[in-house]
Amino acid sequence: MKTERLPLPTNYAVAYAAKSCDVDVVAAYPITPQSDIVERIAQFIADGELNAEYIPVESEHSALSACIGASAAGARAFTATCSQGLALMHECLFIASGCRLPIVMCVSCRTLSTPINIHTDYQDSMSSRDCGWVQIYVSSAQEGYDSVIQGYKLAELDEILIPVMVCYDGYVLSHTYEPVIVHSDKDVLAFAPKNVKRVLNPDEPVTLGVFCLPNYEYEFKYQLIDALSKVPNALKIVDKEFGEYFGRSYGLYECYRMDDAEYVLATMGAVASTARVAIDELRQEGLKVGLFRPRLFRPCPSDEWRDILSKFELVTVIDRSISFGSVAGPLLFEILGVFMNERERPMFTNFIAGIGGRDVTVNDIKSMFRRSLEAYREKRSVRSCEYYGVRW
Amino acid sequence: MSGLKSWREIPIGCKTTSPGSTVRIKTGTWRDFRPVVNWEKCTKCMLCYIYCPDGTIFPESSYVDYDHCKGCGICAKECPVKVITMVEEVI
Repeated sequence: MKTERLPLPTNYAVAYAAKSCDVDVVAAYPITPQSDIVERIAQFIADGELNAEYIPVESEHSALSACIGASAAGARAFTATCSQGLALMHECLFIASGCRLPIVMCVSCRTLSTPINIHTDYQDSMSSRDCGWVQIYVSSAQEGYDSVIQGYKLAELDEILIPVMVCYDGYVLSHTYEPVIVHSDKDVLAFAPKNVKRVLNPDEPVTLGVFCLPNYEYEFKYQLIDALSKVPNALKIVDKEFGEYFGRSYGLYECYRMDDAEYVLATMGAVASTARVAIDELRQEGLKVGLFRPRLFRPCPSDEWRDILSKFELVTVIDRSISFGSVAGPLLFEILGVFMNERERPMFTNFIAGIGGRDVTVNDIKSMFRRSLEAYREKRSVRSCEYYGVRW
Repeated sequence: MSGLKSWREIPIGCKTTSPGSTVRIKTGTWRDFRPVVNWEKCTKCMLCYIYCPDGTIFPESSYVDYDHCKGCGICAKECPVKVITMVEEVI
């Protein structure tokens, strides 16, 4: 198997993955920090390395609409966006998942206006978490590359047919160069051969995205709920096959030093990478902490999460986005939700951090954990969620 | 809801596989006011036909498709000879 080891930021890594998946249609609108994904793909097409239709649309609403049409016509479609762009796509997100079109989209996560800020947090992708897409949060350029390939294989499975969003921290991951193992187009395509159904076909005419009354709406929605429930198992299989083929696999979540841990830190994406270092340092102080990093966020693999976390008494959850007006952050709620029917569950603490691109350092993570541990040891109730680091 | 298909029995992805299904959905039941036309005085100018957003009024054949007319009243408003009256639907 021919491989190359290239220095790539996550944005370029996912562009290489899309190229190797031989995407047929790319429609996107530039928005920082996503732009160089599609710039790189445009370059691949201009250089003759990728034979695809590149549609430079006038907005993100049109970008996803074009991908919806292309995918329905049987093309492997790709797009990428973030922040205001993802917000502008919002209604089309539901149409893509409702029409069950296996589109893959990369999101270089960035906060939402206002104030206008180009830096990272998950405000954009978390605001889109209820749109019926699969959401995978990655924590390295290599994982981004691998997740796009796995994403197409998963999305196009006959029993799935759900669009996939690959999310990662803007700049922190999107623009940071890392060594990435890149495979040949031939090998990638052999692992993820195209399986896009041609829904729009003149020989068998259909109307897609039909008008529907209350007597059928619920049934169509339930079809998506049912298909989503099959995603955790399907991704497990795709990821295992990927591991056998390419030698790397990730599972539905990452556990770091969890085997002998007494306490858990749970967070996603780039903050999870920093948390690994923080955990190593905390362990030198004798605190047995482990990292739980959800990779598949939606649909929530509830059984797996519950099995892992129910063994612990204290779970500290760091959220990189705000659920305005709610009592805590989105990741905390997703994790808490899996304990809905349990009489016994861990104590949870929740910190909001890294908003608008603010650094989350090793010391920040250690400090959040210590505050959490203090509350646990003193057996006192804690505020449901702490807005860590905001100036008073 | 009896007699309707379950979620397992309908095509996935919100699609209809047979053409013309709109004809079978009787949207006329949404109507509050019914356009009643005095066809004897109608001049067949066709303005109602042109303005009708649902394509439900046919002056040439003196016919209104009440299964699909939603009673918006545009035909009555546009009729230059005022032969269309909107009459309240009474159940």
